[in-house]
Amino acid sequence: MIASKLGYYSLLLGFAISSFLLFYSLNSFKKKKLSIGSNLVSVMSIQLFSVFLSFVSLIYCFLISDFSNETVYNNSHTTKPIFYKISGSWGNHEGSLLLWLLVLTLFIFLFVIFSKKQPIKYRFLTIFFQQLIITGFFLFLILTSNPFNLLLPVPKEGLGLNPILQDPALAIHPPILYLGYVGTSIIFSASLSSLVNKNVNSDWAKHVKKWTLLTWVFLTIGILLGSIWAYYELGWGGFWFWDPVENVSLIPWLCLTALLHTLTVLEKRNLLKSWTMILSIATFTFSMSGTFLVRSGILNSVHTFANDPERGIFILTFLFILVFLSVILFFSYQENDKNAQNQIHVFSRETSILVNNWFMMYFLSVVLIGTIYPIFIEVLINEKISIGPPFYNKLLIPFLIPFLIFMSIGPNFRWIKDNFKKINYLRIFLFIICLSLSYFIIKDTSLSILISTIFGGSAIYLFLTTVKDLFRKKLLIAQSISHFGFSLFILSILFNSIFSNEFSANMKIGEEFKYKNESIKFLNLKTFEKDNYKSLVANFEIVNSNSSVSMFPEVRIYNEPNILTSEADIITSVFADKFIVMNLIKGEEIFNVRYQTKPFMIWIWMSTILIALGGLVSLFKKKYE
Amino acid sequence: MYGKKVKLRFIFLSSIFLILILSVFLILKSLEENVVYFISPSEIKSLNEIDNNKKIRVGGMVKKNSIQMNQNTINFVITDFKNEINVIYSGAIPNLFGEGKGVVAEGFLNDRSYLKAKKILAKHDENYMPPEVKEALEEKN
Repeated sequence: MIASKLGYYSLLLGFAISSFLLFYSLNSFKKKKLSIGSNLVSVMSIQLFSVFLSFVSLIYCFLISDFSNETVYNNSHTTKPIFYKISGSWGNHEGSLLLWLLVLTLFIFLFVIFSKKQPIKYRFLTIFFQQLIITGFFLFLILTSNPFNLLLPVPKEGLGLNPILQDPALAIHPPILYLGYVGTSIIFSASLSSLVNKNVNSDWAKHVKKWTLLTWVFLTIGILLGSIWAYYELGWGGFWFWDPVENVSLIPWLCLTALLHTLTVLEKRNLLKSWTMILSIATFTFSMSGTFLVRSGILNSVHTFANDPERGIFILTFLFILVFLSVILFFSYQENDKNAQNQIHVFSRETSILVNNWFMMYFLSVVLIGTIYPIFIEVLINEKISIGPPFYNKLLIPFLIPFLIFMSIGPNFRWIKDNFKKINYLRIFLFIICLSLSYFIIKDTSLSILISTIFGGSAIYLFLTTVKDLFRKKLLIAQSISHFGFSLFILSILFNSIFSNEFSANMKIGEEFKYKNESIKFLNLKTFEKDNYKSLVANFEIVNSNSSVSMFPEVRIYNEPNILTSEADIITSVFADKFIVMNLIKGEEIFNVRYQTKPFMIWIWMSTILIALGGLVSLFKKKYE
Repeated sequence: MYGKKVKLRFIFLSSIFLILILSVFLILKSLEENVVYFISPSEIKSLNEIDNNKKIRVGGMVKKNSIQMNQNTINFVITDFKNEINVIYSGAIPNLFGEGKGVVAEGFLNDRSYLKAKKILAKHDENYMPPEVKEALEEKN
C-alpha cells in the first residue's frame, strides 16, 4: 500500500519535473544561454531518480505480492517463483510502460553527461524534444495506465502471470528490447535539434553515431532474445514466424541499420543530410507506431496485455503530433545540399552505401506492407485476411541475391571515386566456384535449382569475402565483424531451411515410429507435482544408425491461471539441434509428438551475436579509420 | 566529360525508376497470390463455388466430443453454432487445442463440409481467442 503510494507520488514528481524542464530548456535555447549549469544536471538526475524510485516501488509491490495494487493483482500470484515475481513487474502493460519511461529518462540523462563537446544550443534543444516525448509518456501512464491503482477490498490472491511468459529469456527480453526501441527517441530528438540548429555535419554525425550504435546493439540483442524464446517455448521449432508483432520490431531495425550506414557517409563526406534526417525521424516513428499497433490490441498476440481503445487513441494522437511537428521542422529548416562539388560519383563508397539503403528500404516496405495490409483490408472492406511466410519469401529472396552480391563488392569501393576497372577476373572466377559449390550442396534437395543455386552461391561468396575482410582490414574491424556475422547468418538460415527435417505423430506410451533413417520410441511418462504446476515428463529414445539419445519433453499444467504449456527438449550440437515437443489433446493417454532436426540453429544465434558485437566494438573504439 | 556524366545520371535515375515500378508490381502481385482469407463455417455453406487450390482459414469452436485421433491424423469438427465443418489434419497441434475451445484451421477445402488442414494455429493463452472466433461467438449471443 505504502509502496504503491510512494511510486505514484514519485511518478507525479517526475511529471512535474519534465514539465519544468520542457519550459526551461526551450527558454534557455531562446535566450542563448552559454552553458548547461550543474543545476540542470541535478534536476535531471532527480527526474531519473523519481522514475527509478517509482519503478522500484512497483517491483517491491510484486515482490511482497501486495494485491492492493491492481497491476500486481492482475499479473501475479503468491506461488510464483521470486524471479518471475520481479520480471512480472514489466511483463504487463502498465509496468512495461513505466520501464519505457525509465529508459527515456535514462537516455536523456546520459545524453547530457556525454555530449559536453557539442554546441550548447543543440544540447538544450535536444533536451527539449526528449522532454516532450517524456512528458507525453508521463501523461499516458498517469491518465490511462497507472501502475499504482489501488483495489479495495484487498484481494487475497492474484490472477497470475501467463505461464509462457515465465521464462528466463523472456524476463530479460523486454528491458533489452526497450533499450533499443526507446533509444531511437534520443536519435530523433538529437536529429530534430541539429536540424533546427543547422549543425547537421560531420561532427554531429560522429557524435550521434555512438547513440545509434548503442540503440542498434540493444535492438539486435532484444530481437534475438525474443526469437530464442519463440524457438523453444512456442514449440514450432522455428525462430521467425513473420508474425506482425515480430515484424514491428524488425521494421525499426532495418531503418536503424540504414541510418547507421548513412551516418558514415555524412561523417566522411558531409553528404546525404536530408536523407539522414528522414531516416532518424522514420526510425522513431516506426518504433512508436509499433508500440501503438501492439499495445492497442489491433495485433493480437502474447504482447497484447489489455485491449483498451482509449490507450490506442492516446498513442495515436501523440504519435501524430510528434510526426507532424517533425515534418514541419524538416521542411522549414531543411538545408539545400545540392552542391555541385559534392555530387556522388557512381563508383564510390557513397554509392554503395546508398545501394544498401535502397535495399533496406525495399525490405522495409515489404515487411511494412505485409504487416499493415491485413489491418487496412479489415477496416476498408471488412474482410479478414492473413499474410504468411510465402509472401515474404517470395518478395525478399529475389532481392536478397543482388543485395548479397552488392554487399560483397560495396565495402571495397573507395570514398569519392573509384576505378571501375579494378573489378577483376579473379573475383568472377571465385563467384563461379561458389555457384558450383552451392549447386552440389543443393542438387539433391527438392528446391528449385536455379534460384537456390544462385542464392546459395551469393551467400557463400559473401561469406568468403567477409572472411577475407575480417583478416585484412584491421582498421575497419567493427564493420568486418558485423558483415561477417551477417554473412554467417544468411548461410546458417539457408542451410537451416534446406536441411530441416520434421516428423509428427500421435503416440501412446510404448509405441515406436520409424522415420527416414531414425526411429522414435516413446518409453515412459512421469508425473511431478511442482509449486505452481503439474509436470508430465516423457522419455523418448531417438535411435539412428550410429547413436541413440534420450529426450525428455514436458507438458506443464499450471494452476493459476489454468493453462497448459509444452516445454520442448532440445539437444544442441555444433551442426544441428534435435528438437522434440509433445502436447496433450484428449486425456493423458495419447500425445501429439513433433520431432525436428534443425541444422545450424546455434549458428543463427551466434551470428546474430556477432552482428551486435561489431556494433559494440565500434562503440568502444576511440578512433576509427 | 559533362555529357557523359549527365548520361550516366540519366541511366542511373531511369534504372531506379524501373526497379521501383518492378518492385511495386511484384509486391502487389504477391499480395494477391498469398493472401489467406478467413471464412466461418456458415460462410462456407453459402459459397457459390469452391476453389480447391485456394488456401483459406476457418475459425470457430472445436465441437464437444468430436476429436478422433489415430497415429497419423486428427479429425474434429469446427462449429460456429450455426453450421459445422469437418477437419482432417496431420501434424503438430498447438498447446491450447481442445474440445470446446476456439481454433483456427488453415488449409484447403475438399467440399462444403470437409477441410484438409495444413496448419492449426497456436493461441497464446486461454483469455486470448482468435478475434474471428470471438466475433462468431458474439454474433451467436
